[in-house]
Amino acid sequence: MARLVFRRIEQPGREYWAGLGVLAVLAMVGLWAAHVMELEGHVVTGMTNRVVWGLPHVFAVFLIVAASGALNAASIASVFGQADYKPYARLSGLIAIALLAGGLAVLVLDLGRPDRLIVAMTRYNFASIFAWNIFLYVGFVAIVAAYLVAMMDRELGRSDRWSKPIGWLAFLWRLVLTTGTGSIFGWLVAREAYDAAVLAPLFIASSLALGTAASIPILAACGRALGEPLLADDMLSRWQRLLAIFVAATLYFTALHHLTNLYASAHHGIERFLLLEGGGITQLFWIGQVGIGGVLPLALLLLSAPTMARLNLAAIMVLVGGLAQFYVVIIGGQVYPQTLFPGMEITSSFHDGEIAPYRASFYELALGLGGAAFALLLIGIGAALLPFLPRHPAR
Amino acid sequence: MSAPDRRELLRGLAGAATIALAPGVTLHVFEAQARAPDQKVSAKTRWGMLIDVGKCGDGCTACVEACKTENGWGGGTRSRTDAQWIRALTVRDPKTKAAVTLPMMCQHCANPPCVDVCPTGASFRRADGIVLVDKHICIGCRYCVMACPYGARSFVHEAVTDPKPHAPRGKGTVESCTLCVHRIDAGHEPACAEACADRAGGAMLFGDLNDPDSEIAKRVVRYRTVKVRADLGCDPGVAYRNL
Ligand code: SF4
Ligand code: SF4
Repeated sequence: MARLVFRRIEQPGREYWAGLGVLAVLAMVGLWAAHVMELEGHVVTGMTNRVVWGLPHVFAVFLIVAASGALNAASIASVFGQADYKPYARLSGLIAIALLAGGLAVLVLDLGRPDRLIVAMTRYNFASIFAWNIFLYVGFVAIVAAYLVAMMDRELGRSDRWSKPIGWLAFLWRLVLTTGTGSIFGWLVAREAYDAAVLAPLFIASSLALGTAASIPILAACGRALGEPLLADDMLSRWQRLLAIFVAATLYFTALHHLTNLYASAHHGIERFLLLEGGGITQLFWIGQVGIGGVLPLALLLLSAPTMARLNLAAIMVLVGGLAQFYVVIIGGQVYPQTLFPGMEITSSFHDGEIAPYRASFYELALGLGGAAFALLLIGIGAALLPFLPRHPAR
Repeated sequence: MSAPDRRELLRGLAGAATIALAPGVTLHVFEAQARAPDQKVSAKTRWGMLIDVGKCGDGCTACVEACKTENGWGGGTRSRTDAQWIRALTVRDPKTKAAVTLPMMCQHCANPPCVDVCPTGASFRRADGIVLVDKHICIGCRYCVMACPYGARSFVHEAVTDPKPHAPRGKGTVESCTLCVHRIDAGHEPACAEACADRAGGAMLFGDLNDPDSEIAKRVVRYRTVKVRADLGCDPGVAYRNL
C-alpha cells in the first residue's frame, strides 16, 4: 500500500474563517452565560431543587459520550486492522479530545462553585463514581494525545510499533469511560429512571453512533476547506454502513431498556410517564430520539444510495436524536417525582409528588452550545495547524 | 447487585486505588474521610429521631418554623429554588383519602448515598451519625441531590443574606438538615424537637439510638416503627411511628 500522506488546511479560505468566527462568538457567549450563572447563581437558569441537572448536563453528557465514540475510525484502523480507516485515525483522535474538552468545560462551568475546580482536582472520595470519572476523562485525553504523537511523530509514526498498543489502550479506555459516564446515572437508586443495568451497554451503543455521526459533518467540512472530499466512493458506503449499524444497536438497547423496565413493576410509573404521559418529554422520546435520531436516519442510510449529502443529513439527524435522548434521560428522570411512599400520594411545600416543571433558560442553552462550539473550534484550529487530514483518502 | 453491595465494591476498588497512588495523594483521601470537627464526637453514639406521626397536628409547622429561625433559611419567595431543610409532607392513601402529615428532612442515613457519590468528600458522615456538608469543599455539582432518596437536600440558587454564624450557607453549594449539630455539641436537642415539645404535640423524640438506656432506644424497641424507603438500604436514623 502506498504510504499515507497527511496534510493540514494550508490555505484557509473565507468560509473557513467565517466558520471559525461564528464558533468563537458562540464559545464566548457560552463563557459569558457561565459567568452570569456564577455571579447571579443558578436562579437565572430553569433548574430547581427538583431538577438540579439541567440543559448544560444534557450537552455535557452528549459531548462526552460522543467523544469516546469519535475514536471509532482510529480504533477500527489500529485495533481491528482495517487499513482503510487509517487515513481518518488522526482526525478521529483530534475530534475525540476536542469533544471531551467541550463537554468537560460545560460540566465545570455549570458547577455551583466553578472557582473551586482545584478542590475537585485535589480531593477525591474514591467511593464516588464521579471522582473516578475525573480520572477516566483526564486519562482519556492523555492516552489519545499519546496515540496522536505515536501516529504523527516523524520517527515514531514510521511503524505501528507504538500506535498499535496505544491504540488498544485507547480502545479499552474509551469503553470504560463510557461505562463510567453511564454509571453516574446507574448509581442513583433514588431515581427510578436510572435504576437499570442496561444503561451501560445503551451508553456504549450511543457513544458509537454519536461519535461516528459527529465525525461525518466534520469530515465534510474539512473536505470543503481542503477543496477535495474526504469521503468518497467505497469509503462513503462503509461509513454509511458503520453509522447504520450503530444507530440500529442504539435503537435495540433503547427498546431493551424500556422493555426490561416494563417487566419490573416497580418501574411502571416512570415508564408510563416517559413513554405515554410525559407531554414534552414523551414527544422528545418518540419524535426526537426514536424518530429523528433512529428510525428515519436508519431508513435513509439503508434504503438510499450513498451520497455525501445524504450521509451528512443522516448524521445530523442522529446527533439531534442524541441530544433528545439525553434530555429524556437526564431531565425526564428528574421531573418525574421521587417515590417516598410507594402507592401513596404525597404533597408538600417542596413540591413532592408533582411532575416538576423545567424550562431551560437562555443561559443554559448558551453554555451548552458554547461547549459544542468550543470543541469544534479546537478541531478547526487543530486541522489548520497540524497535518491531521489525509491527502488522498478517496480511492 | 443491591445498592449496598455496589457501594462495598466501590470501596474495595477505592482501597486498591489508594494503595496504587503516591503517599501524598493517599493522605488527602483519609483527610477527607476522617474529618473530625469535634473531639467529643464518638462512634459509640448514633444520634437519631423517633417521630410519632399520630401526634402531628393538621397543618402544624412548628418544627419547620423553628428550623427556619434557628438555621436562617426560608426567607425567600421562590418555592422551587429556595432551600428547605425540613418540610411538612402530607401522605394520602389514594383509595381511602386518609392522610397524615409528617416532618421530612435529612434522615441521617447510616449508609448515605449522598456521601458515597460526593466527588470531593464535602458530604460526610460524622462518627456519631450526623450527615453534613462541608461548605468549604462543596463544589456544587449537585450529585448528592440526585442521589438522596428523600429529597432532603437543597442547592443554594442565589446569594444568601446574613446567615447564622453556626449555620454557614453559601450560593452554589448544597445544604440540608444538620440535625442542629451546633446545638447537639452544646448538649441541646435539635430546634425542631424542642419546638415540637414546647409548642406542639411533642411528636419528635431525639436521642442516642445506640444507648440502650435512652428513651428513644427503648421506644424503638417497644413500638412498631417504620423507616421511609427502608428497601433502599440507606438505614435512616429517623424512624416514624403510627404511620
Ligand atoms: S437523607 Fe439524603 S441527605 Fe440525608 S443522609 Fe440520607 S441520603 Fe444523605
Ligand atoms: S454538591 Fe457538594 S456536597 Fe453535593 S456531591 Fe457535589 S461536592 Fe458533594
